[in-house]
Amino acid sequence: MFDYLYLVPLLPLATFIINGLFRTRLSKGVVQGLAVAAPGLSFALSVALFFGLLGLNPAHRSVEQVLFAWIPIGNLQLDIAFLLDPLSSVMIMVVSGVGFLIHVYSIGYMAHDPGVKRFFIYMNLFMFSMLTLVLANNLILLFIGWEGVGLCSYLLISFWFTKKSATDAGNKAFIVNRIGDFGFLLGGFIIFWAAGTLQFNELATRAPHVFTIGGGAITAATLLLFLGATGKSAQIPLYIWLPDAMEGPTPVSALIHAATMVTAGVYMLARLNFLFILAPTSMLVVAIVGCATAFVAATIGLAQNDIKRVLAYSTISQLGYMIMACGVAAFAAGIFHLMTHAFFKALLFLGSGSVIHAMSDEQDMRKMGGLKKQLPVTYVTFLMATLAISGIPLFSGFFSKDEILWKSFSSGHGSIIFWIVGVITAMLTAFYMFRLLYMTFFGQPRYDKHTAEHLHESPKVMTVPLVILAILSVIGGWIGLPHSLGGGAWFEKFLEPVMTHAGGGGEAVAVHHASVSTEYLLMAITVVLVLVFIYIAYYLYVKNTAKAGSLRQSLSGVHKMIYNKYWVDEFYWAIIVRPVVNGAIFLWKVADVLIIDGIANGLARLVGDISETFRRAQNGYLRAYLTIFLIGAVVVIGFLVVR
Amino acid sequence: MVPLDYYIILSAFLFAVGVVGVIVSRNLIVMFMGVEIMLNAANLALMAFSRHLKLMDGQVLVFLVMTLAAAEAAVGLAIIIAVFRGRESVNADHLNLMKW
Amino acid sequence: MLLFVVAAIIALAAAVMVITVRNPVASVLYLIISLLAQSVLYIQLSGLFVAAFLVLIYGGAILVLFLFVIMMLNIRYADFGPDMLKAVKPWGWIFGLVLLAEMVWVSMGVSTRMSAVDPAFGSVPAVAMLLYTKYVYPFELTSILLLAAIVGAVVMAKRGM
Repeated sequence: MFDYLYLVPLLPLATFIINGLFRTRLSKGVVQGLAVAAPGLSFALSVALFFGLLGLNPAHRSVEQVLFAWIPIGNLQLDIAFLLDPLSSVMIMVVSGVGFLIHVYSIGYMAHDPGVKRFFIYMNLFMFSMLTLVLANNLILLFIGWEGVGLCSYLLISFWFTKKSATDAGNKAFIVNRIGDFGFLLGGFIIFWAAGTLQFNELATRAPHVFTIGGGAITAATLLLFLGATGKSAQIPLYIWLPDAMEGPTPVSALIHAATMVTAGVYMLARLNFLFILAPTSMLVVAIVGCATAFVAATIGLAQNDIKRVLAYSTISQLGYMIMACGVAAFAAGIFHLMTHAFFKALLFLGSGSVIHAMSDEQDMRKMGGLKKQLPVTYVTFLMATLAISGIPLFSGFFSKDEILWKSFSSGHGSIIFWIVGVITAMLTAFYMFRLLYMTFFGQPRYDKHTAEHLHESPKVMTVPLVILAILSVIGGWIGLPHSLGGGAWFEKFLEPVMTHAGGGGEAVAVHHASVSTEYLLMAITVVLVLVFIYIAYYLYVKNTAKAGSLRQSLSGVHKMIYNKYWVDEFYWAIIVRPVVNGAIFLWKVADVLIIDGIANGLARLVGDISETFRRAQNGYLRAYLTIFLIGAVVVIGFLVVR
Repeated sequence: MVPLDYYIILSAFLFAVGVVGVIVSRNLIVMFMGVEIMLNAANLALMAFSRHLKLMDGQVLVFLVMTLAAAEAAVGLAIIIAVFRGRESVNADHLNLMKW
Repeated sequence: MLLFVVAAIIALAAAVMVITVRNPVASVLYLIISLLAQSVLYIQLSGLFVAAFLVLIYGGAILVLFLFVIMMLNIRYADFGPDMLKAVKPWGWIFGLVLLAEMVWVSMGVSTRMSAVDPAFGSVPAVAMLLYTKYVYPFELTSILLLAAIVGAVVMAKRGM
């Protein structure tokens, strides 16, 4: 059974190669069929492997499949090998499952696009890279997948490459990610230099002996690795690419920038939890960054008018929650939220894609309104997702978010400040999500007649995935039901073997023995505040929309600040990008054209000039030649005389 | 008796005059006469050495050289005539095709 | 000695005049004067036959040939227009003088007095003795050379070829 592990990433690779090579000769239907079948089969296989894993003793749930030894040089033993353990098993199911649904959806969404074959080719490449990333058993193979998803992100963001804004966004994503990758590599180098191996299982056993807790090496390494995570998972300071990445087609936003690629950073933190546990300072940094990002992104999302932008900032904010969870050593909670977030965020994006499709590619919410009658299925599924992300009890998002909030309060690495900021962010999340919902689906229609004529619910191939994701958004959280609410916290239990490799255990570190009643109290506070803000949103955007306008006027300063995203992009542009570009222009105009070309051309011209001068000696005049004879003869005789 | 080196020095002078004559004048005929002067200067040196070494061979050589000079003068002047037919002038500067 | 000096000066002066006068006919005549002076020098060197030969062949044949050509081509003061190679004149003079200096410098130390020689030296039989025995091959080859020269001259100067 486990022998088939390698098929999980390799099936999409195979279809990528087939579709890629024979794109022009295969019909659209065949290309799409192959492309959609691959993640589907991978998902089926992932589920089978999951059950296989359940059959094993919890202590031995770690299966490695080595394909071949790739780099065996001295100390460095890197194999192309896949590791199946609880963590990677969860990840491949989420990635292939959600990916499959999105591929199905894309058949409908991209139906009229001339580049649809190319789309599916890139998507399959992405699936391969992401699955490799998640299944890798060593840091370098993970990095290969890491880079692969970065590449596919670039390819897919700038899919409509004739649009300058799209190609700019693709560049931005890739370049910003590169900065993160630089940190990742440096961190990896330090790890290898200190521990002599990059294989996860080996590192887990060696790390406590090689690194001193809180020491310089491990802190530096983990901070650098975290830099990579901020790039991939769009945290402060490297989140700026994600909003721009909405230039890509909506299924891309759903798959890559909501459900899978951006979660790679979180996955990496969870996978390397045994390293981070050894560096409390880094953990603190991680938690603070996650917390701050969650809050800041939520504030920006309040004022955006493009439906996809709101969702983009929402993604950044939710990723912040996941990162914060890892920062307070609640790695399992972070992964749990990763999974539920994949469900409802993908649903939100796909739903918005359905809306955009129906509105003839209109994305500005101010031009929407009252769509719940025209797009019933979209509306209902969207509502499910919004309830989930807002953390309404019984929906999946409630369980995962609540877990994070509780752990950030009670964990040994946590603090009440994290909890407070987390709760405020939850309130803001509910507010802007319901604002989105109300502006889009409720109220009077604000669109023109032309759009109204083309308004239609999306075809089945698009709505069925929506429904499936909606069901998952509702029930997906039940497997993480905590003890306090009568559940068995099965999710956390399942992931336990992966999280407690380090000596002393990840989550067993000095947990505040806070009582269950505290947990209930905190849960209740959160829910109440969230409901309050939902009502406020309802009031402002359905009941009394004029009030929203006047509120904006009176808080115009604050509004301007968050509408302009705190001018972070402009800041980066002025401080970093422009000097670099100017430096490059200088190097081009001066160093290259002036100096290097000058020298090269100048030397050539010098040779030409010298030969021009000498050429005048051969002018055809008899007397000139005779003179030169004479001079030559004189010189020779002179030599002989002097000797 | 006149010492040997006086003759040699005189020969040298005559030779230099001949060389300058060839290079400086623009008239082909005069250039050619310069060549003749040079030949004569060489003859003078030959005669002087022949006398000094008391060998007749030098004088025989001078005899042959003069014969050669005659042949060369004939051919050279024929060339000048041919050139003149083509270019209508004996200006040495008009013979400037010996290039490329 | 006096004879040498006078003849030398005449020879040299005439040679210089050859290259400096404008009229080509005058140049030829000056050359003849120089040759005559040189002939005197030859006689002083006991080269009686060669001296006569010089005047007869060189002066009488070759330079007359020159005159013929000059007259035939009707070359006059022939103003050639501006000199296109102005740089040649100075450089030519300079290096000519350098050449002269080199040659004089070489021959300076050779101060040898010449001893007497018997009267038969340089006479016609003496030349003939050598010419027809030791140097008979060069002599015959020279005649062939003259033949070649004649043919060449005729070919070169013939019209329409």
